[in-house]
Amino acid sequence: MSCCAPGTEGALEGAGAMPSAEELLLASRDLGDGLRQTDLSVPGVHCGACIATIEDALTALRGIESARVNLTAKRVSVRWHEGQDFDPKTIVTAIASRGYAAHLFTAPLAGDDELRNQLIRAVAVSGFAAMNIMLLSVSVWSGAEASTRDLFHWISALIAGPVLLYAGRFFFKSAWSALKHGHTNMDVPISLAVTLSYCVSLWETIHHGEHAWFDATVTLLFFLLIGRTLDHVMRDRARSAITGLARLSPRGAMAISADGAREYRPVEEIAVGDRLSVAAGERLAVDARVVSGTSDVDRSLVSGESVPVTARPGTQLEAGVINLTGALVVEATAVARESFLAEVIGLMEAAEGGRARYRRIADRAAAYYSPAVHLLALISFFGWGFYDGDWKHAMLVAVAVLIITCPCALGLAVPVVQVVAAGRLFSNGIMVKDGSAMERLAEIDTALFDKTGTLTMGAPRLVGRVGSVATAGEHRPTNQSFAIAAAIAGHSRHPLSGALAAAYSGPLPQIDAVTEIPGCGLEAVTPEGTYRLGNRGFACGGADSREDGSAMSEVVLTLDHRPLETYTFEDRLRPGARNAMDSLRKQHVEIGILSGDRTAAVERVASMLGAERWRAGLAPRDKTEAVAACASSGHKVLMVGDGINDAPALSAAHVSMAPATAADIGRQAADLVFLHDGLDAVTFALDTSRKAGRLIQQNFALAIGYNVIAVPVAILGHATPLIAAIAMSTSSIIVVANSLRLRGRSPETADNAARQTPSVGMVRPA
Amino acid sequence: MNTLIYLIPIALLLGGLGLAAFLWSMKSGQYEDLDGAAWRVLDDGDGTAKPGHRTEDRQP
Repeated sequence: MSCCAPGTEGALEGAGAMPSAEELLLASRDLGDGLRQTDLSVPGVHCGACIATIEDALTALRGIESARVNLTAKRVSVRWHEGQDFDPKTIVTAIASRGYAAHLFTAPLAGDDELRNQLIRAVAVSGFAAMNIMLLSVSVWSGAEASTRDLFHWISALIAGPVLLYAGRFFFKSAWSALKHGHTNMDVPISLAVTLSYCVSLWETIHHGEHAWFDATVTLLFFLLIGRTLDHVMRDRARSAITGLARLSPRGAMAISADGAREYRPVEEIAVGDRLSVAAGERLAVDARVVSGTSDVDRSLVSGESVPVTARPGTQLEAGVINLTGALVVEATAVARESFLAEVIGLMEAAEGGRARYRRIADRAAAYYSPAVHLLALISFFGWGFYDGDWKHAMLVAVAVLIITCPCALGLAVPVVQVVAAGRLFSNGIMVKDGSAMERLAEIDTALFDKTGTLTMGAPRLVGRVGSVATAGEHRPTNQSFAIAAAIAGHSRHPLSGALAAAYSGPLPQIDAVTEIPGCGLEAVTPEGTYRLGNRGFACGGADSREDGSAMSEVVLTLDHRPLETYTFEDRLRPGARNAMDSLRKQHVEIGILSGDRTAAVERVASMLGAERWRAGLAPRDKTEAVAACASSGHKVLMVGDGINDAPALSAAHVSMAPATAADIGRQAADLVFLHDGLDAVTFALDTSRKAGRLIQQNFALAIGYNVIAVPVAILGHATPLIAAIAMSTSSIIVVANSLRLRGRSPETADNAARQTPSVGMVRPA
Repeated sequence: MNTLIYLIPIALLLGGLGLAAFLWSMKSGQYEDLDGAAWRVLDDGDGTAKPGHRTEDRQP
């Protein structure tokens, strides 16, 4: 299955504003010698062809030193020479021209990456030690005697000692901090067993004993570190992909000083009362009031309102709004820290508290498991001590109990399943922020959806053309007026124009003299007369008309005020939306819609999907409260949403999902992000996490079953190091093998089918 | 018995070499982009990309 139909992903981003040259300069790093590096997130890269396309497109540009795509992180880092008349914006336009959307992103946390490297190094070192010590141990088991055995034990001790300090430090640290705060976790028995067994083995070696446990000590560490590393890598990978996807708030804005000079300023330096110039296609950096100019603005990310609204002098606009058609001069009414965005972030932080109390399955298991293990070891120590008075032997038995029960299989049980599950989701375009998100997703019984951008694509689509009677007498084939309309529409950034232009394929007539009247439409002066394309009042020569309350939007094409054709648009449903709803209902999940959009539009979508519970016109706070009310009545809520206005509700829900087209802040708040258009990602993720949950339970059962057999053997004092090592490894291998069952073919999703054809502009009205 | 005096150091040395090789390959960034590396093997390199820059653009 090939992945690359260039354009589909890019087009999906729709009218998303591209970063300006000043922003790119602000976000780049100075490498010295006039060389700068810019890191961009390109969510659309999937394969080798994408790498070659982007790298070739960039390196062909003059002034670019090098470009390298990182497919794993879906990023491209570009090095370029400053000066030489090089406009950094060409980087973004070059990538966009090949059909990929590129975004700036905040630099990743270097510390996270460092921890991963440390963990992998620890795995390598402990693996090396485990292999060598096992080699020596096998010789001992197969009959090395007296001085040879002592020599082997000493060499093992010398290898194991430093390795224990180096590779075991993760467990020691975590165990220490848990003990310091008065509770235990899985790391406490691990640390105890590892340290005790090393010390006892060393003592045995000094006294020429027969048994030493160095092999078990180090192998245990090795297996546990694998689990720990997998766990970390999974969280890290998905999280960096999510944070890397895009950033919403612009880094700065073009400020106009009192003498009219223009200067690009970082967003932190914008004060209340500053005048800012906002060109068409730019996002607003701060809350502001329009001073002069008229334009259409897209507030869908803020309010969920899918139809653009007209901004006139005096209109109040929030940060994050996209200016679509005309240039505006605005006056900042709040600094970035106090803007609408900051208020949403505050709401999110307040909502996060509820979820922070969630404890992962592994932690819950550890809470019961580790005291039990300690108790068992203690009982066998005293039991044997009092039974035969040989306290040294009692100590050995206690260590054997600690080692054999050590949560080696338990340590792998959860991370391996979650890594496999996350990999399965990732290859189907769903990214999981961390393992607990899957655990929480498996528990849900209610799903609440946002409308604009989640249930629907958030982009209008041409659904109908109605020719006017007046055209019949002029012998004008309808397709010609459609071509004219598309040609005129091509001059505008308005979403309806974009949809109209995208719906037409074929040769376009050359129409140059097009002027855009913000809030009304487009006007083109041609030899045949004056064409107007826009709302009915404007196109037919009437006065400026307001938006009506209907669920559909329409655009009229007129020639000298005579209507030629009317085009109707609607926001189309996401592919797979209906199937997703049906299969959610089949899994006994209740469905509801929470939207900030108009009642008429929400009602139409709700009836199409058969959702009985829906609410319209909600503010961010209302959505959060609706989710909280649902949760307090005992439901586990999955929230799916994309806008800034959904972000607090996403944080408040038990688990949340957002499409990749969502606002940056929405993606940050969501636990899962799906990259493809199809809403069946929700059911696929639910299905996978429920399967993963079942596998984790099976793994726990296997690990506990192993303990039921192994622990009595250890307590009775029959556990030789060989038996302990074999038992431990076998249980781990069984658990891993069981986890791998989750792999396997992923079902053919509606999205895969949708990808066969371009996802935008495929409408061919009859 | 005497062979052990040679064999054990040799075994440890070879194991250590493997470990060192792994640590080196990690430090030089060969695990940074595993998915991309899998595809790059198939790249003929006949694009316009300048040769040589592909291995050295790690972040400073």
